[in-house]
Amino acid sequence: MANGNGKTGLRDRIKETNDKLWGSQFAESILRPGSPFKKGYSDSPRNRSYVVMNNVLYHLHPVKVKRHGVKLSYTLCLGGLSFFLFILLTITGIFLMFYYTPSAETAYADIEALSTNVAFGSLVRNMHRWGAHLMVLSVFLHMSRVFYHGAYKPPREFNWVVGVILLFLTLLLSFSGYLLPWDQLALWAVTVGTNMAGFVPVVGNQVKFALLAGVEVSASTLLRFYVLHVLALPFILVIFLAVHFWRVRKDGGISGPL
Amino acid sequence: MTEIPESLLRRSAEAKAKALGLPVEQVLAEMKGEAPPIPPPSDEPEPEPVEAMEEAAETSEEIEEAVESVEGEPAPVEEVAAEEVPAGPAAEAPEIEPAPEADVPVAPPTEAPVIESSQEALDPPASAEPTAPDGGGSADTEPAAAEAEPAAAAVATAVEEKPAPEGNGAGNGKVAAMVSPRPTVPPKGTPEGVRTQRLLTVVKARAIQTVKAEPTDKVNTWPHLMLMEFGALLAITGLLVIMSVVIHSPLLDPANFNATPNPSKAPWYFLGLQELLSYFDPQIAGVTVPTITGIIGFMMVPYVDKNPSTRPSDRKFAIALYSVFLAGAATLTIFGVLFRGLGFNFSYPWKDGVYFDDLKDWVHFE
Ligand code: HEM
Repeated sequence: MANGNGKTGLRDRIKETNDKLWGSQFAESILRPGSPFKKGYSDSPRNRSYVVMNNVLYHLHPVKVKRHGVKLSYTLCLGGLSFFLFILLTITGIFLMFYYTPSAETAYADIEALSTNVAFGSLVRNMHRWGAHLMVLSVFLHMSRVFYHGAYKPPREFNWVVGVILLFLTLLLSFSGYLLPWDQLALWAVTVGTNMAGFVPVVGNQVKFALLAGVEVSASTLLRFYVLHVLALPFILVIFLAVHFWRVRKDGGISGPL
Repeated sequence: MTEIPESLLRRSAEAKAKALGLPVEQVLAEMKGEAPPIPPPSDEPEPEPVEAMEEAAETSEEIEEAVESVEGEPAPVEEVAAEEVPAGPAAEAPEIEPAPEADVPVAPPTEAPVIESSQEALDPPASAEPTAPDGGGSADTEPAAAEAEPAAAAVATAVEEKPAPEGNGAGNGKVAAMVSPRPTVPPKGTPEGVRTQRLLTVVKARAIQTVKAEPTDKVNTWPHLMLMEFGALLAITGLLVIMSVVIHSPLLDPANFNATPNPSKAPWYFLGLQELLSYFDPQIAGVTVPTITGIIGFMMVPYVDKNPSTRPSDRKFAIALYSVFLAGAATLTIFGVLFRGLGFNFSYPWKDGVYFDDLKDWVHFE
């Protein structure tokens, strides 16, 4: 296409390239019919359905949702926020793992170096830490909103149970991460916390022993908490999340308006 | 068998007759069972069952969902073919055919695969995949479509063209036909460009699975819900980044087993418990309260609360109880964070300082 001077304008050239790129066989093969990124997408009710139905999104969302469920004032998006925070924590956590060794000799120095020597290290560490606190908070608030809506009533009873497990796992994740900097705060907060586990009757001491890999916090506790924190607990959490989301849909979507 | 409207039968017969090069009356008679069946051409493959849908509908809700999504826009189907199906060799590309008169392709109620096929028909994108060129569902109820350009090939799926009244996907009392998949190799003697179709069965419209779900006020997930979610994602990311720029994470002295800090506090979400522990015997504070109320108690909530209503005015007691729990937990936690000083003894934050190392680099009164 040419502009007034008979030359091809930059804008046109960009458009051409863009069309070529998005119209290529490769792009076509990535985007399934109905993707809003597909060349020639038009906004129509049918395409709106395709956007969800034809994509991996269909695993999470139905094509249509109840109108009241979309209102911010209903869910306050708290469940969604908990999930987003979990994703942000996973991303920042992977970054941190590159710089951290879970041994009593090096852990503290690694965190110190991370905050001073690594580009964005301090920011990412802060994001991971505050994100974890926010997630505990948002999961808790999510539970409260579900309670106040009576959204645990049939047929959603079991999803509430799954939710309680998620809350418990969230707390454990946060708690196991707390030890990793291996400073005085970490050591003693975990000591106080695990002492409380020891008060549980019958199994208390066994639970405490299993958590600490010994009778008190030690270098082996660090490794144990590390593995729990970066692998075991996230793994279990993701499984329960999958069940949780699946049930939200299968139980008929977001609970009805009050 | 049910009474089939003559007009419908006739149109099927016409298409079939054209394809096979036989007189219409003969085919019609055969369809009505008045004449011996015409032996199928020898090279015609066994008709396969209509391709099963990716996700079989389990709940009436999902069927409704699919119905709605198709209903939304009764666009001409040729458009779909032109838009969505990547151009390929005409012989292999599956086809979409206009089915303006079709209601919903119909299936006997008890046969699972066929129910799936009706679901498939409601879900055009599912079958728009060129996965099974021969077995691909060719449920088409509009035989006149046989005249369509074969090059405009696309998946054959009877798309519901007319918005059907909600709750009755089949239309009222009409009869629809299910036609077998088109054989890949057309029977001998077929004029070029003519597609052959065989009437498999005719079922009463009522016989198909009816949609039971109440119509609800729904909006499309895209864009309504997803834009909200995207906004929420941006907001929480923004908040987190700002927080992380402003507040620094604590890093105290290296862990030292011989130097117990004073006071020693648990992470804030356990501070309420620690607070309880300072009042009660550990057996009570560390066991009864958290495990019974905390985990088991919470899990039992839906099974204990038998009140079916979700209206706040009907659940005053439950709401009051939870509010007491919330207020209690918040008070204990705030107390533990702010009002516990040396030796975990009571202290005023404004006089004795805040002993909360998590925010040590941000609020620090000492
Ligand atoms: C990791 C933690 C969790 C995540 C990521 C999560 C995520 C979600 C999401 C995205 C929803 C959709 C509705 C909404 O956003 O409010 C939801 C609904 C629900 N959640 Fe959670 N949740 C978590 C923990 C919990 C907890 C602790 C409980 C309760 C003890 C719970 C019980 C429920 C119930 C009953 C529903 C259905 C609510 C309705 O239909 O209105 N969830 N969850």
